[in-house]
Amino acid sequence: MTETTLDTLPSERTLQEVALTGDEYREAVRILGRHPNEVELGIIGALWSEHCGYKTSKPLLRRLPTTGPRVLQGPGENAGAVDIGEGLAAVFKIESHNHPSAIEPYQGAATGVGGILRDVFTMGARPVALLDSLRFGPLHEPRQRYLFDGVVAGIGGYGNCIGVPTVGGEVYFDESYRHNCLVNAMCLGVIRHEALTRAVAAGPGNPVLLVGADTGRDGIHGATFASVELDEQSEERRPAVQVGNPFLEKCLMEACLELAGDPRIVAMQDLGAAGLTSSTAELAWRGGCGIDLDVSRAPRRESGMTPYEVMLSESQERMLLVVERGHEAEIAAAFARWDLHSEVIGSITDTERLVVRNGDVVVCDLPLEMLIDEVPMRHPEAQRPSNLDALLARDPLAEQPPWDMDTALLRLLGSANIGSRRPVFRRYDHQVGDDTVIPPGGDAALLRVKGTRLAVAVTTDGNARYGRLDPRRGAEIAVAEAARNVVASGAEPLAVTNCLNFGNPEKPEVFWQLSEAIDGLAAACEALGTPVVSGNVSLYNDTTGVSIDPTPVIGMVGRIEDVERRLTAGFKADGDAVLLLGPQAAAELGGSEYQRLAHGTAEGPPPALDLALERRVQDAVREAAARGLLRSAHDCAEGGLAVALAESCLLGGIGARITLAEAAETPPDRSPSRTAGILFGETQSRFVVSVEKESGVQLRALLDQREVPYREIGMVGGGHIAVEGVLDVPLDEARAAYEDALA
Amino acid sequence: MRIGVVTFPGSLDDTDAARAVRYAGAEPARLWHADRDLRGVDAVILPGGFSYGDYLRCGAIARFSPVMAELIPAARAGLPVLGICNGFQILCEAHLLPGALVRNASLQFRCEPAWLRVETTDTPYTSSLAAGRVLEIPVSHGEGRFVADEATLDLLEAQRRVAFRYVAPDGSAVGTASPNGSLRDIAGIVNEQRNVLGMMPHPERACEPLLGSADGMELVRSVAASLARTASFA
Repeated sequence: MTETTLDTLPSERTLQEVALTGDEYREAVRILGRHPNEVELGIIGALWSEHCGYKTSKPLLRRLPTTGPRVLQGPGENAGAVDIGEGLAAVFKIESHNHPSAIEPYQGAATGVGGILRDVFTMGARPVALLDSLRFGPLHEPRQRYLFDGVVAGIGGYGNCIGVPTVGGEVYFDESYRHNCLVNAMCLGVIRHEALTRAVAAGPGNPVLLVGADTGRDGIHGATFASVELDEQSEERRPAVQVGNPFLEKCLMEACLELAGDPRIVAMQDLGAAGLTSSTAELAWRGGCGIDLDVSRAPRRESGMTPYEVMLSESQERMLLVVERGHEAEIAAAFARWDLHSEVIGSITDTERLVVRNGDVVVCDLPLEMLIDEVPMRHPEAQRPSNLDALLARDPLAEQPPWDMDTALLRLLGSANIGSRRPVFRRYDHQVGDDTVIPPGGDAALLRVKGTRLAVAVTTDGNARYGRLDPRRGAEIAVAEAARNVVASGAEPLAVTNCLNFGNPEKPEVFWQLSEAIDGLAAACEALGTPVVSGNVSLYNDTTGVSIDPTPVIGMVGRIEDVERRLTAGFKADGDAVLLLGPQAAAELGGSEYQRLAHGTAEGPPPALDLALERRVQDAVREAAARGLLRSAHDCAEGGLAVALAESCLLGGIGARITLAEAAETPPDRSPSRTAGILFGETQSRFVVSVEKESGVQLRALLDQREVPYREIGMVGGGHIAVEGVLDVPLDEARAAYEDALA
Repeated sequence: MRIGVVTFPGSLDDTDAARAVRYAGAEPARLWHADRDLRGVDAVILPGGFSYGDYLRCGAIARFSPVMAELIPAARAGLPVLGICNGFQILCEAHLLPGALVRNASLQFRCEPAWLRVETTDTPYTSSLAAGRVLEIPVSHGEGRFVADEATLDLLEAQRRVAFRYVAPDGSAVGTASPNGSLRDIAGIVNEQRNVLGMMPHPERACEPLLGSADGMELVRSVAASLARTASFA
């Protein structure tokens, strides 16, 4: 009978290759009313993968706020866009390249940079900044050092050749990433509103051009590779890692930017995960069109490639363009000026189908609705990890501190998670383009916008140790801290792009973490008025069954009306008053860097976060900056108040004398780690600011009026970082530890 | 006063160089690698970047480009040419300047501030600067280690053709301040006729206090001023 025939499943191996379950295969058969052929199955597998189809995360992602008065383009395009004033828009997105980097760090990271650049210039925007958020296992392990070095070299190798400065990012080292490093790349571009180009096909009969690199066998199955766990055999997947050619991308970028806004260009779409398959399908479906391709016309790098291979190749530096009919030769000539090859490989249709031919033979004929909108959603079970209660019940202050406070500060400054990032960012060209006003090494990077007084602040943030203890609060803190970094440069936070790095969501604990984290993101983005305009989900960060800690990475963009009102983190002048803004008396060590270094654990409650207070503090700092009341501002993050103070001293090249009565006093019943908690606890919503004596009165009035807790804690000056009665470290010693952390 | 800025495929600092020219009060003229045409400019800047991808030796392909076929004889005939970073590499490959730029001693890319001491004012590029003056101008390169044989180095010194040396911020400590391990801390040299200057640091990135340093501006201004003087004699 027909039913039984249609019910037959292909071999387990075939299904594994396309990362589909039996049920998903049956669903495809049900929609089609027939079995898909080999090419079709590959295409369905790619578009129904988590990487392209978000089959697990989509229902959760709907909870995120994505609109706001400044949003010009929300999620669903190649990148998001927000208004930054004067008719200009910031276009930005973050994306993961985790699995490729774990297998081949240099090329994995390099092509991650290449991919995110294309997402931005596809929108017509000139990329002005790159950032990278990196996670590795403990740095003293040779394999981790190899991965770290390879990834940094790959980012530099690609970014430095493109002429887009790499201005920021973060890098953390934790056991959690030993078998699954994370490489998230973010790109920011600037464009005039009216020149924003979208990837929406239109006009049946319009030709489709494939431009740039020839198509090879590299990266086949990249999208499905990203949607399964890594294992011992992953090394064999090296062919699924692509190889980058930054020179070609530079030429492609210049040519595309010359054509952006040209009325002869209907749509532009870059080729990323799943190559021609996802780019053609998404482009056509967004415009309610169909698309008809002939793969035999795609220029190849290798002979003997099958239609399946051409459709799924992830060869880099390729773009797809829909051009007004009759102008294809002119557009081809514009690309040829940059020595780029372009070829008409098909046309737009009105069939709402993806038809692929190989010469005269139709090798694929699928409805686009099925590929894009009928992705079978997975609704895994969510379960709170059973060990959480025990972890949260521990009191981190009860531990006996192993060090005196001077030693503790030096250990923290010398920690690979806190110390100077100079050994990394000096390997990146962070100046090209002549926009970098605040270079890497402070809080957010700041880029001026030429021809205006505007500047754009940009940062990435994410701390997974809080997420392990409480994924919701961890995500809230990631957003709050990213916003705090932006505010610390004097800018107003505008919007967010996120990269959700999690384990295998088919595990109930991981799905619970994902769901909680997305709720946390939603709450924090609401509270801080920063909608999510783009992003990426990277699940299946598991190796041999072990999941990474939940790591939502937040990329945030902000604006300053007048670049001269910017703030930097370094103390400026002898005699300036130092104030601590935000929660005052607190000693929260749960999940802190101090706890990890001193006790080798992350347990106890993570820092509390009051989002309403966070907003008040940030708004007050921003207003104070706009009124020119502050000399410096730096947020308290890893390492707490003492490290924030030390960093402001080191960046400014001047010491500080601080008094914290609660740290010095010694009541008989105090917890053994209370002083450490006060100095190194990672209490949220705090800034260390310095202020000229004369501006002090106005600043206090502003803080009182804004109901922001604050306290004057000391004065800038001298050659030491000193907290009366508990801590006294010469600046030179602190600098030596800080500069040596990653060396 | 028109100063040409060449764009090769892979040039990265061409736009920044053109802006610096404008800041100095001169008119930038964009020159395209594939055109055998210098458009009658009074001087030429070869900007930084990775011309043709620099997958071979840096500058090795650019040297053979059509625009260079015009530029090389023009430079030999006295046209002022300033090569910055990749431009310096191209000038060496084109044998307009002696020596070579090889991989940094650290084997890594370096993007950081550098301090350059003006070693001679007897060039159109440095004539408005005080000898011994220290300029803060950033470097950004992976292959910037200047090397040449001893005889060439001695000749460069004897003819006072070392334009800039890497030094400590206070102008001292020759020998440790180089970001790339250049022999004798050489950051920039001129040809025998003194009309061709190659330097690894990027003066066009140091033209505004907002971006950290405006010391590069003095260099660009010096070129413009000296060109203006030459023009008035002509």
